[in-house]
Amino acid sequence: MTARPDLQENDVVRIPRGVRLREDKARGGWVLLAPERVFQLDPIAQQVLTRVDGERDVADIVDDLAAAFDAPRERILTDVRAMLLDLMSKNVLEVA
Amino acid sequence: MSEALTEDMNDTAGSVVKPIPQPPIGMLAELTHRCPLQCPYCSNPVELTRKREELDTDSWRRVFRQAADMGVLQVHLSGGEPAARPDLEALIESCVESGLYSNLITAGVNISRARLDALADAGLDHVQLSVQGATAEVNDRIANLPDAFDKKLAFAREVTDVGLPLTLNSVIHRHNLHQIPDLVELAVELGARRLEIAHAQYYGWALENRAALMPPREQVMEALELVEAARERLKGKLVIDAVVPDYYARLPKPCMNGWGRQSLNVTPSGRVLPCHAAETIPGLEFWNVRDHGLDEIWRDNPAFNAYRGTDWMPDACQSCDRRELDWGGCRCQALALTGDATQMDPVCELSPYHDEVQTLAIQDASRDDDFIYRRFARQPA
Repeated sequence: MTARPDLQENDVVRIPRGVRLREDKARGGWVLLAPERVFQLDPIAQQVLTRVDGERDVADIVDDLAAAFDAPRERILTDVRAMLLDLMSKNVLEVA
Repeated sequence: MSEALTEDMNDTAGSVVKPIPQPPIGMLAELTHRCPLQCPYCSNPVELTRKREELDTDSWRRVFRQAADMGVLQVHLSGGEPAARPDLEALIESCVESGLYSNLITAGVNISRARLDALADAGLDHVQLSVQGATAEVNDRIANLPDAFDKKLAFAREVTDVGLPLTLNSVIHRHNLHQIPDLVELAVELGARRLEIAHAQYYGWALENRAALMPPREQVMEALELVEAARERLKGKLVIDAVVPDYYARLPKPCMNGWGRQSLNVTPSGRVLPCHAAETIPGLEFWNVRDHGLDEIWRDNPAFNAYRGTDWMPDACQSCDRRELDWGGCRCQALALTGDATQMDPVCELSPYHDEVQTLAIQDASRDDDFIYRRFARQPA
C-alpha cells in the first residue's frame, strides 16, 4: 500500500500545468480540461476551483466559501477536502 | 483515446427527439500521414494520404476556429507524425488563440530540444508520447526504426524538463504484452503523469496484421489484472487508462462514445470522419473542410447521421438496456467481421457472430505471421 495523498488546512493547492479551468459556453457551465479528459463541474466544484489560485491555502478557501454561502465551516471543510483529494487522485490538482 | 475522453461526462445527448446534435468535445487533427515509424497496427488507413494532398496552414487555422466556435474543447494534434509539419508551432498558436486545449500526439524521434521549446512557447498544453515497447529491442523492431527507443527516452526527459505534462502511450499486442509491468515502471521513471495501455484495435493496418499481433486469451486476462493492480498502487501519482482488447470481451466497447456524438476526426486532406476507420464503410460520403464548414458537416453530412443515436440500431440493440451505454459497439468492427456495418458489434455476446469472433482471435493468437509494416505505396494483398 502506498500512502494516499493527504491534505492539511495550511496546504496550498494549485491546478497543475496541462490542466485548464475554463467556461464551456457551448454547453453552459465550467469544465476542467486535462489530458484526454474533460470534467464537467457542478456549481459547487466551480465555486471551489475558481478559488484555487495557487496562493490561497485550504483554510482560506474554506473560510471564503463558509462566508459566501453562510454555511457551517466544519461541513464545508469536510466536503472541500474530499473534493480536492479526489481531484488530486485524478492528477488534476496538486499541492503547491 | 476516446474511451478516456468522456468517461467523466454524463450529458444526456442521444435521448428522444434531438434535431440538432450536441456539439463535439474533442477533435483529432491528423495533420499528416508522414511518419518515421512503421508500426504494424497504425490507426491510419491502409491507403495513406500524400504530402501534396495535405491541408495548408490557413486551412487548419480555419478548422480550429470553427471547431472552437462550435464547442470543441480539446484538439489532439496527431498524424502520422505531426512534427513532420514545419508549421506545427503556428498550428498550436492557432489552437491557443481559439481557446482550445492542445495535445500533441508524437513518436518523439524527430523533435529537437529547440523545437520542443518552440512548441511549448507556442502554448502547447500536453504531450503524448508513443512507445512501442519497454526495451530498445522490442520498441525498435515494432517501430521498424533503429535507435527509436533511445530517442524517445531522451525526448521524454526533455518534455518533463521543459515542464510540460507527459503521457506515455503504448499499443499492446502479443509481442509486448509481457512488458506491461516494465511500461508502468518506465512511465514512473520518466515522470509521466499518465500512461495509456491501449490494446491494439483491429482496423486498417492492425486488421492486416491481426494474425501477427493477437495475444492469447490467458495473457490478456493476466494483463488486465496487472493493470488494475498498478492503477490502484499508483493512484495520485500516475493515471493509468486502459483500452481493452475487445475480441475476447462479452460486451462491446462504446466506440467513440457513439457515432457522431462527442468527437470527430479531420484527415490530412480535410475529410471529416466520425472515427479513424469510418472510411472503410462503403456507401458513406465524407465531406471535406475545403467545401463545407465543420459545424455544417457535423450537423448535416448524411455520413454523420447514418449511425448517430439509436434509430439505426437492429432490434436486439434497440431493446437492450445498454443501447445508450455502448451505442451498439463499433460500426467499423461490425463491417470488418460480419460484412455489414448495421449489425450489432459482433463482440457482443448476443451477436450470432460472437463465438466466431472468439474463435478467430484464438486462431490468430496461435499463428506466427510476420509484420506487414505501415508504409506508403505498399498495398497489402
